[in-house]
Amino acid sequence: MTTGTGNIVAPLPFPTAARRELADGQLRANLRRATHTIRDKRLRVVGEVPDWPALRRSGAAIKDDVLARLPELLEQFEAAATAAGATVHWARDATEACTLVTELVQRTGSTEVVKVKSMATQEIGLNEALAEVGIEAVETDLAELIVQLADDTPSHILVPAIHYNRRQIRDIFASRMPGVDLDKLTDDPPALAEAARRHLRAKFLSAKVAISGANFAVAETGTLVVVESEGNGRMCLTLPETLISVVGVEKLLPTFRDLEVFLQLLPRSSTGERMNPYTSLWTGVTPGDGPQTLHIVLVDNGRTETLADPVGRQALRCIRCSACLNVCPVYERVGGHAYGSVYPGPIGAILSPQMTGPDAGANRTLPYASTLCGACFDACPVRIDIPEVLVHLRQRGVDARRGRPSAERTAMRALAWTMRDRRRYAAALRAARRGAAPLRLVTGARGQVRRLPWPLSAWTASRDAPLPAGRTFRDWWAGRDRTGGEGTGGDRG
Amino acid sequence: MGTVDRSARDEILARIRAVRPDEPVSVPREYRTGPVAGGTVGEPGEAEAAALDGELIELLVDRLVDYRATVRRCAPQDVPGALAELLGEVPTVVVPPGAPVRWLSAYLGRIRRDGDPEPLTVADLDAPGVAVVTGCAVAIAQTGTLLLDGAPDQGRRLLSLVPDHHLCVVRAGQVVGGVPEALARLADPTRPTTLVSGPSATSDIELDRVEGVHGPRRLDVLVVTD
Repeated sequence: MTTGTGNIVAPLPFPTAARRELADGQLRANLRRATHTIRDKRLRVVGEVPDWPALRRSGAAIKDDVLARLPELLEQFEAAATAAGATVHWARDATEACTLVTELVQRTGSTEVVKVKSMATQEIGLNEALAEVGIEAVETDLAELIVQLADDTPSHILVPAIHYNRRQIRDIFASRMPGVDLDKLTDDPPALAEAARRHLRAKFLSAKVAISGANFAVAETGTLVVVESEGNGRMCLTLPETLISVVGVEKLLPTFRDLEVFLQLLPRSSTGERMNPYTSLWTGVTPGDGPQTLHIVLVDNGRTETLADPVGRQALRCIRCSACLNVCPVYERVGGHAYGSVYPGPIGAILSPQMTGPDAGANRTLPYASTLCGACFDACPVRIDIPEVLVHLRQRGVDARRGRPSAERTAMRALAWTMRDRRRYAAALRAARRGAAPLRLVTGARGQVRRLPWPLSAWTASRDAPLPAGRTFRDWWAGRDRTGGEGTGGDRG
Repeated sequence: MGTVDRSARDEILARIRAVRPDEPVSVPREYRTGPVAGGTVGEPGEAEAAALDGELIELLVDRLVDYRATVRRCAPQDVPGALAELLGEVPTVVVPPGAPVRWLSAYLGRIRRDGDPEPLTVADLDAPGVAVVTGCAVAIAQTGTLLLDGAPDQGRRLLSLVPDHHLCVVRAGQVVGGVPEALARLADPTRPTTLVSGPSATSDIELDRVEGVHGPRRLDVLVVTD
């Protein structure tokens, strides 16, 4: 089995990267504002759909059906798309996909391509691969353009520039956008959108090659679907002569009818709109309308590896809406960069380590980037039980290292021995209370220790340790006043 | 490259066959696929259907206005006057090959029909002061969405994309309740199809919606009712 490669490998352990990001107060303010805006919008438009739970169940089942029949559906898609005039290619991993696309672009003779925002091309590191052979890839989605101009990396699936506020975006445009009209450039969002429109217009009208991803690929008809807002997608999908679409193998839907479910689930979950401004559907090539050469690159890159895990494979249902990021208390505080992968947030924490396998970079730390609060599962339009998969992956990680000594395991073993016997347990509590008594004088009413000596310092590095209570529940129970009073205060009056 | 291609294909398919789940999946479809009015689900009778049509149009108009599209309603005989009014001072109007001639019979500016005699170029469409008038295949009331499928009164995709001002004529009979009915109405799903919901917009700055990026910044919808 080949594991996934590309921009899905966390270079730093999550706690290390998170600490770095948490130090940035501006980042936290930006993220809080943006995620709360989108949460409210999503709740409003989801709330007005009475059959939302039924749509979620259907969405999940359709994707499960795709995974169960994936080989047949891929062959069906290939046949339908080929019959409609497309050329279908296959890539095992990121490197193979990049090589394929690079060769396809080189064959056209173009040294510049326009790009529709696409997670698949981010994942495989296509822009970097094209740059190596002197081909410039121009990102045309506003947020991708901001990130590209800032020489930064995306931090959100839907809005890669979510970590910037309007003032910061204005500054990036002012210093990095060639030919920008500084007099007209304010930090007013319409002014910023206008600047992007002017900057990209000439590129759209002259580009010979476009590269896109696809939100959905319909096996029955060979149709590809791109869901977008700005019209940059339509420009790229319509004006150039050649279109190259890079599509993960799990993007399939069995029938055209299935779109009726996903075109309801995706926009409301993603931008919190009843419908996104533009959705394009195209099948092969159409004489006189749009690109006359269409290449479709089907990419595995660790999806098969993910499919092999009966619990974890539900991550492949993901339609990249990013609702789970927007509701996640961890994402809201640390932002996307802390996850070190183009797939951040709760879905990234289960997708990246499964696609690459746990040994790639620090990806084994990602399943711990969660409080397991479950908000992500509630928000997920295809009902991916992200907490279940997180716990499963933690378990897999622990099982894989069971033979090796670890402080945590030694402590747990000691604890298990103590708690197995009632007298041992009571004695341990008494000892702990006695030991903590002098500390109580120091910590006062707070009753929390901020820093314990080594080796317990590993525990207090990121949390306070509470002192044992002055009296145990058993002691209180034995000595309570049976006539009422203490402990029943709530019933009085 | 042909041989490399083939081996990647075969290897990926073999890998998937080796690990995929072996339980067949049945797909429930308990969501709404039929007419809907006031949030209730069911098959309407004839009288209800007429009332429902009126409600659907109200809903469509409400949604379109919410996207900040300009919406006008008129009777069939008043289409030329209403379009001329919406176009105002626009100097040039582009129409697809099959747009009815009478649509623009009251408009006094220059009319350019795509493919008559030559297909219009991108430069023609990108010139300042160009508006485009198209029909649509079907419209979705619940989401305020217009579906364009390249039929003769809608034309090539770039016609409704490059000009900065798009006027779309929607007949009452083309309005359906939700997404399922709309997709089922498409004559041929393999034709290049575009779903348009309001003018071009972005939520990329602080996740707040701003109208007007690369697609037409002004969308006018003329709803034709009896």
